[in-house]
Amino acid sequence: MEKNFNIIIKGVGGQGIVTLVAIIDQAAFLEGYDIKSSELHGLSQREGSVEAHIKFGRKVYSPLVYKGQADLIIGQELLEGLRSIGLAGSQTKFLIDTFYLPFIGSAKEQEVLDELNKLPKDNLILVKASEICREKLGKEVVSSVYLLGYAVNKKLMPLKKEFVLRALKNVIPEKYLDLNIKAFEIGYAN
Amino acid sequence: MKKEILLGNEAIVKAALASGVSFVSGYPGCPSAEIGDEFGKIAKENGIYAEWSTNEKVALEAAIGASFSGLKSLVNMKSFGINVCSDSLLPLAYTGTKAPMVIVVADDPSCWSSAQTEQNSRAYAYLSHIPMLEPADPQECYDFTKLAFEMSEKFNTPVILRTTTRVNHQKMPVIINPNDKIQISNQVQNPNFKFGKFVKNPRQFCTMPPRVLEMKAELLEKTEKIRAFAERSSINPIRKPSASNGASKFGIITSGVAHLHALEALDEMGLKVPVFKLGFFYPLPENKITKFIKGLKKVLVVEELDGYLEKEIKAITKDTNPKLEIFGKGALSEIGELDSAKIGLAIAKITGKKFKVSNASLSIKNPPRRYPKLCQGCPHLYTIAAIKRIAPDAIFGGDIGCYMIAGYPPHNTQDFEFSMGAGLGISHGVSKSTNQKVITLMGDGTFFHAGIPALINTVYNKSNPLLIVLDNRITAMTGHQVNPGMGKNLMGESAEELKIEEIVRACGVKNIKVLNPSNIKELDATIKEYLEKDEVSVIVCKLICALLAKRQTAAKE
Repeated sequence: MEKNFNIIIKGVGGQGIVTLVAIIDQAAFLEGYDIKSSELHGLSQREGSVEAHIKFGRKVYSPLVYKGQADLIIGQELLEGLRSIGLAGSQTKFLIDTFYLPFIGSAKEQEVLDELNKLPKDNLILVKASEICREKLGKEVVSSVYLLGYAVNKKLMPLKKEFVLRALKNVIPEKYLDLNIKAFEIGYAN
Repeated sequence: MKKEILLGNEAIVKAALASGVSFVSGYPGCPSAEIGDEFGKIAKENGIYAEWSTNEKVALEAAIGASFSGLKSLVNMKSFGINVCSDSLLPLAYTGTKAPMVIVVADDPSCWSSAQTEQNSRAYAYLSHIPMLEPADPQECYDFTKLAFEMSEKFNTPVILRTTTRVNHQKMPVIINPNDKIQISNQVQNPNFKFGKFVKNPRQFCTMPPRVLEMKAELLEKTEKIRAFAERSSINPIRKPSASNGASKFGIITSGVAHLHALEALDEMGLKVPVFKLGFFYPLPENKITKFIKGLKKVLVVEELDGYLEKEIKAITKDTNPKLEIFGKGALSEIGELDSAKIGLAIAKITGKKFKVSNASLSIKNPPRRYPKLCQGCPHLYTIAAIKRIAPDAIFGGDIGCYMIAGYPPHNTQDFEFSMGAGLGISHGVSKSTNQKVITLMGDGTFFHAGIPALINTVYNKSNPLLIVLDNRITAMTGHQVNPGMGKNLMGESAEELKIEEIVRACGVKNIKVLNPSNIKELDATIKEYLEKDEVSVIVCKLICALLAKRQTAAKE
């Protein structure tokens, strides 16, 4: 990999973003990359918007992705995906869960979709991660791992499946491992 | 060499263990809370004592007692905590430590999880003369914590490790020296953790005149010794490219996480210039700085928030290189955290080189702001709705905790919000100054932290605000830490369960009611009744945090 790969994960508190960061960090580390990531805890967890940055490659200095530098933006919620637009450049792929969590004063779902559809067609991938996880696994919270499976299969992020699976085993407590592997595989198969 | 992916906070804990820490105190706050939480989990098995203290001042004082008794200690707090403990921090510099002590203070540039102010705690180094180190990443969190303990031992001084959110909550593979073993001492065999010994030495431990001025002289002398140590320290490295390309006579001085952004910016620009990274914030290696700037024409000082280093460097330059052009806060904002683009653009401007930022022409609107919300089933929702319903024209005091979300839409039920416990203190002043009704909210954790002196003041100096204590049975916002109202401490031991209403009564308050806020009728009636009183009234709304209730149910299943 010539250049570092830069990921933004965006969602709302309680969606398992910190866990997703830990899995990607671990997978990239197992593949032999240098990594740095940055996450926010605290008040933002109360259904506020949450943003995490992950960078991996030969040598990573800064833990923050700057304007235009993002290669992949994973939006775990429709509107939050849109919110990272300031970090996007013309190369940025958007992998967005169609899950929509409105709030008072929020834009209408169709308005958000209209805005997202202004992105270049090849750069926007909308998937029903939460919906599928709820239907097939009975748990929305693993939608982040579903998105990971999807991204790995479609080569939206340059990590190999075997390392991601190993990372899942290292990071996820045994009690929830099966559920997470299933979510990953369903995402990977889609 | 073993490498392990660690969060900055985890690296601090590991390094403290490897340094033989045996006494840990603190007060939870974001972004430092995981340090105390982690010690709570591992203390017993490692023979360490750990506590969440009632506030940061008490936490520091606890560690001072441990240090005077010969135990290595670590104190952890967020930025504002150092304000709270400053009254004891300053004399501690005079007495010095007996056993080593490291104080972790975590600032939050950009206020990601901080109300109050965008505080720059580096100023306390000047105020106290306590050495201060600034790590940039988890590896440095590990290395600097170890060094801080060593320095503390060598110079009998506390050492402050000043971090920021992007350091505490940054992850990277950290190299841990295989010789760094957790030092489990004989303390494991002692179930009471009382393995220290206090040897009387009032000459060192009492800061009273006339000795106090001698102590100050000793402190200043010690500071110069530490400065000499800083001059030789490997944590103030200079990266000099073998050949600088095109931007000669330009150098950069950096500190904290901004150092990493600066390196990335230079890398992106393909620019090779000398970079001096200051791991020490105080005392500064002035000779090394003098040498670094010698022969340079332009220097950019890269630091977050206030330009303290810039001012220091300007003062040093005045005598040694008066023609040097120094760029700092004129080029980089004093507000908010920095990133590689901000620094890259500043470098470009100074050197005439290019820093490329993508300007993807996406005319997409920035979506409306998503404010944090009170969780589904949150007991505070009842109380916030009730005060608005019963007394829409009242003045609403706020405080630090989940309930400050009352200040966001759709509630908009907060007229002032300052620091821990300040809601009631200010309400007293409003109540003394006007005939308006004042209702102020305060959580159980905040009540124990700083609420009690303010409550006593309302009784003693006769004002009549209505204080509503939101007792959700835990310190919730910072990640569910135990507090004195819970009958349990950080070590998991059972403890006296302090009843807020009993403390309130003991403070001399006559109008007290404890109720379940979901009993809306009773809550409404009580607010109405108490608003008519001529003296201070207190309602304790006692209902468990909805998240905690959910977790407790899940744990039982």
